[in-house]
Amino acid sequence: MAKIIFITSDSEKIELEATSGSVMELAVQNGVQGIDGDCGGVCSCATCHVHVAPEHFAKTGPASEIEQDMLELDDDANEYSRLCCQIEVSEQLDGVVLHVAK
Amino acid sequence: MKRSEFADPFEQARNEQGIGKMQDQDDPVTMVLGLKDVRKCAHNWKTFQSGAKPGRIVVPSEVKIRDTRQIPFEVDPPEHGDYRAIVEPWFKRPLEDEYRTKLRAQIESLVDQVLTQEDVEVVSEFSLKLQSRALTLLLNTPYQESDVWIGWGTHVFRSEGEALDGDKASILYDYIDAQIERAAENPTDDLYSVLLNSEINGRKLSKEEVKGVMILTFAGGRDTVINAVTNSIAYFADHPQSLARLRDQPEITNRAVEELIRYFSPLTHMGRVVTEDTKVCPHGHDVKADSRISLCWASANRDAKTFENPNEVVLDRKVNPHVAFGFSHHNCLGATHARQIMHILLETLAAKVGSIDILNAKENIEDLDQFKRKVGFDSINVKFNPR
Repeated sequence: MAKIIFITSDSEKIELEATSGSVMELAVQNGVQGIDGDCGGVCSCATCHVHVAPEHFAKTGPASEIEQDMLELDDDANEYSRLCCQIEVSEQLDGVVLHVAK
Repeated sequence: MKRSEFADPFEQARNEQGIGKMQDQDDPVTMVLGLKDVRKCAHNWKTFQSGAKPGRIVVPSEVKIRDTRQIPFEVDPPEHGDYRAIVEPWFKRPLEDEYRTKLRAQIESLVDQVLTQEDVEVVSEFSLKLQSRALTLLLNTPYQESDVWIGWGTHVFRSEGEALDGDKASILYDYIDAQIERAAENPTDDLYSVLLNSEINGRKLSKEEVKGVMILTFAGGRDTVINAVTNSIAYFADHPQSLARLRDQPEITNRAVEELIRYFSPLTHMGRVVTEDTKVCPHGHDVKADSRISLCWASANRDAKTFENPNEVVLDRKVNPHVAFGFSHHNCLGATHARQIMHILLETLAAKVGSIDILNAKENIEDLDQFKRKVGFDSINVKFNPR
């Protein structure tokens, strides 16, 4: 079980728990504002963009090359950006804080 | 070669030049072929604009048959964002349970029907019907209205042997004008009425603007959905084991939808007008101000630099950053609707259909000058066999 904390662009804090699946799926299932996941998690739509809290970046690790290619053209992207459909839920994520980009 | 194999005609040009050239009504097009280049050009709306003369960013160009600006499609930021904000919530309705339930009932009933027939011409008897009926949900208009649209046939904008046909297009434009007048006099809760009552920057949308949204909704989702559905039927005919796999592993259905859409890329490309002398592709290729480029989604989606085994349907492809719905500001407004159609179609076929026999087929080959691309079928007759 990992606790994952989303902070939306309206500064709403949403704490969720999960054991499997992707972080995007968890967010969509719980209606986290700003995470749409239009493509269902295949890294095609970039509607699940989050900024990982810098102190937690080791929990998620950096974006893959394919993710970076998508994020490179996103005006809100920074060095802590991830597409959260590409982050699998695991114990390692426990306590991670994710700021929703949109 | 199997009927459902769709070759990639762009590979050599993409790898060697990065571009292709196409003549179109004396307004030539430089086709951008690589995935990363396509994405960069799609993102750069200042240099590669959509808000040109109405019809010019479409290939083949529609400038001779259309004056109405399609909205938000032929508008650039920041106005684009204002229009998009008006229509976006409406076009997300396919995510609602009630919408999905109705769509499922439509698709199940159509599949039940074709399972009783010995010979089904898929384009006209299955895909066109499915697309037209589903559109009544997107527009929130009476189901019976789909009979009118089915009656128009598959090519509202084209007649046999001709790329564009002004008389045929006017059938659609006249129909939309009449519907807008009808909604203005007797508003309902359909899309026409909702748009007529919408405001942008403190004023109501004009009838011309409403018409622009409606033309986009009709035109953008017709051939594209018909090709996606028809080509998927051909794929499952050639790959009955994939139907069984979707039955056994329903959790891969979403990936299968995205993969079929990548592989078939129902919209080959979309144009932009260049606003300043510049280059496409980092390694060169000058393009001049006021010339046209196109963003070739179909080529980008076979780019081996990103996709492993690009010319195979890998049903459970996990990472699939395709651009079949476009990319960046102008990504497909109807994508949510199209994805729901495909998702429910795959679930329904897996549940009810054991195999599909292809009886005969006539391919639809797009002539792009330098390239000839199979985009779908003019007709394909099949027999659906129940489980």
